[in-house]
Amino acid sequence: MVTTSQTETTNTGMKGAQPVILVQEVHKYYELGETRVHALRGVSIEIARGEFVAIMGASGGGKSTFMNILGCLDKPSAGRYLLEGIEVSSLSIKELATIRNHKLGFVFQGFNLLSRTTALENVELPTLYARISKAEGEKRSREALALVGLADRISHFPSQLSGGQQQRVAIARALVNRPSILLADEPTGNLDSRTSVEIMDIFQKLNDDGLTVVLVTHEPDIAQYAKRGIQFRDGKIRRDERTENQPRASEVIKHLPSLED
Amino acid sequence: MDLLAIIRIATRTLARNKMRSVLTMMGIIIGVAAVIAMLGVGQGARQTMQEQIQAMGSNLLFVGAGTVTRSGMHMGWGSTKTLIYDDMLAIMRECPAAQSVAPGSSSSGQVVFGNDNWATRLNGTEPQYFDIRSWPFQEGSSFTQNDVEMSANVAVIGETVRKNLFGTTDPVGQTLRINNLPFRVTGVLTPKGTSAAMGDDQDDIILIPLTTLQKKITGQPWLRWIMVSAVSRQASYAAQQQIAGLLRDRHRIRTGDDDDFFVRNLADMADVADQAGQVMTLLLASIASVSLIVGGIGIMNIMLVSVTERTREIGLRMAVGATEGDVQQQFLIEAVVLSLMGGTAGILFGLSASYVITKTLSWPVLVSPVVILIAVVFSMAVGVFFGFYPARKAAQLDPIEALRYE
Ligand SMILES: Nc1ncnc2c1ncn2[C@@H]1O[C@H](COP(=O)(O)OP(=O)(O)OP(=O)(O)O)[C@@H](O)[C@H]1O
Ligand SMILES: [Mg+2]
Repeated sequence: MVTTSQTETTNTGMKGAQPVILVQEVHKYYELGETRVHALRGVSIEIARGEFVAIMGASGGGKSTFMNILGCLDKPSAGRYLLEGIEVSSLSIKELATIRNHKLGFVFQGFNLLSRTTALENVELPTLYARISKAEGEKRSREALALVGLADRISHFPSQLSGGQQQRVAIARALVNRPSILLADEPTGNLDSRTSVEIMDIFQKLNDDGLTVVLVTHEPDIAQYAKRGIQFRDGKIRRDERTENQPRASEVIKHLPSLED
Repeated sequence: MDLLAIIRIATRTLARNKMRSVLTMMGIIIGVAAVIAMLGVGQGARQTMQEQIQAMGSNLLFVGAGTVTRSGMHMGWGSTKTLIYDDMLAIMRECPAAQSVAPGSSSSGQVVFGNDNWATRLNGTEPQYFDIRSWPFQEGSSFTQNDVEMSANVAVIGETVRKNLFGTTDPVGQTLRINNLPFRVTGVLTPKGTSAAMGDDQDDIILIPLTTLQKKITGQPWLRWIMVSAVSRQASYAAQQQIAGLLRDRHRIRTGDDDDFFVRNLADMADVADQAGQVMTLLLASIASVSLIVGGIGIMNIMLVSVTERTREIGLRMAVGATEGDVQQQFLIEAVVLSLMGGTAGILFGLSASYVITKTLSWPVLVSPVVILIAVVFSMAVGVFFGFYPARKAAQLDPIEALRYE
């Protein structure tokens, strides 16, 4: 298995380095009785280590489908997907589980928290399946919750948390096993703009530390914080460009009216 | 993921649906409790039976008047009139393996003392009977050989008869009426308890001189049985052979014809009774274990429901790195925790039940640790067996499908 750590990462789009994510001509069909839904129609993309990519596009454009494939949750119907140079389709179910556990952090569209489990336990979930001690798992979970600003909500149940807080628990869970790639499907959907910017601040800081981030969003305001924007439409990539002079979320927050106003 | 963590998660999950978990365990609880109780009572019964047979003296032989077939009809035990007092004398005289003998006949009697009356077994015999059966007296003593010769109206009573007729009065020297004849009580036998082999109360008995019974009560001069004690335990088989040969001779039974008597060796009886007890115990236990299987099916059913209900949870666990093995283990352990908790509760219930049953029958409580171990292993096996399919089903879910499940 190829091991990586965040310290050995390089900067955006460095030429010559092996891409973390390499997708070639990926198709995805869903068979629904007689009809066949063609969700992805030949997507090719290359993402290098340390990139911060925002995927945009209309609803139903295939963004979630694509993210699920990147997250090794789903398999393409056709085409290749190489994760850190490894052909994903050649991996066993068990190896896929290990990759999801160690390398990838996934933030689901809709939070997907376990409802009768506290914030801390939700975050701990991936550590249970990693080869680390219970104590170490708990320590990392507390750190992850602190990172997303929820240190004081550790023993709250999801139903006792606001939407934004639940989303942050989901982000902490995605980060707890210190993945090298963070995949976030609409992490700011349903959130007010201030909370959204706060989350983008978290992502920018993580990206500064070398984490590769791929996020899906509907809002161009959010996409501008990424270093690269990709537009999906009807299962294809329509546009793929670098964002110039992306703003720092931490700066923007200072100028936003605080919620108490 | 370490076992302890999985067990903790499993207990917590089960605790969330307390009512459901308890109801699911019910089948296992009842099954294990029933098996434990049946085995406990059965073991207790066998043990008691063995002790009783041992107490009778292992070198004891019982010669009974046999059944006779008259024009194709089987008459009951003791229906033959061929076993007589002279047979007894002949056994004493001619069988070297026989040490002592006591003749006997049986009837039943209505016994009255004061205002109380009691129906009981009435046996006529001779004083050496009490030695042969090694049955001591708690009060008074046996009637004498002289009483036998005189056909005296004297009686020895068992504990049950004493309790029911005399209460706190000392019976020795009192006169009671048996079938309207007055009898003086000479002694009270020590209690022997319920016979585990036959299930009857051995202390519900009155013994009087054989001649008295024959002349004054039954009017029948023949014997129903002869008790023989062999010189040793090993000799009891030889004694059996010798007595059978002698009686066939004396009764002029031709080769090929059926005996009109039977000779039982207590050692044989012990074996037969033990086997019967064992078969009975196993039968009861296997009937009880059917409920274990029903309990297992209950677990399987609830686990299947649980897998369906928690499809999204399973999907999520897989999405964050749980392998098929992790998921399978989690559900399997949940099933095993369920069945083990049921099994433990069942053991406790079963122990109390067998304690109560054996106490009321005044048998020893006998639940061996092996039985408990077997119950634990068995309920665990039920959990594994019936939890396997649901766990397999959970493990084979596709993460993305499971996450989409509504
Ligand atoms: N499991 C499925 N079975 C059948 N069709 C599906 C399935 N999942 C997605 N689709 C279809 O594939 C297409 C792409 O869906 P996808 O969820 O990827 O869109 P999206 O870009 O994420 O949309 P949104 O922005 O609303 O989340 C849609 O037309 C959808 O109906
Ligand atoms: Mg989507």
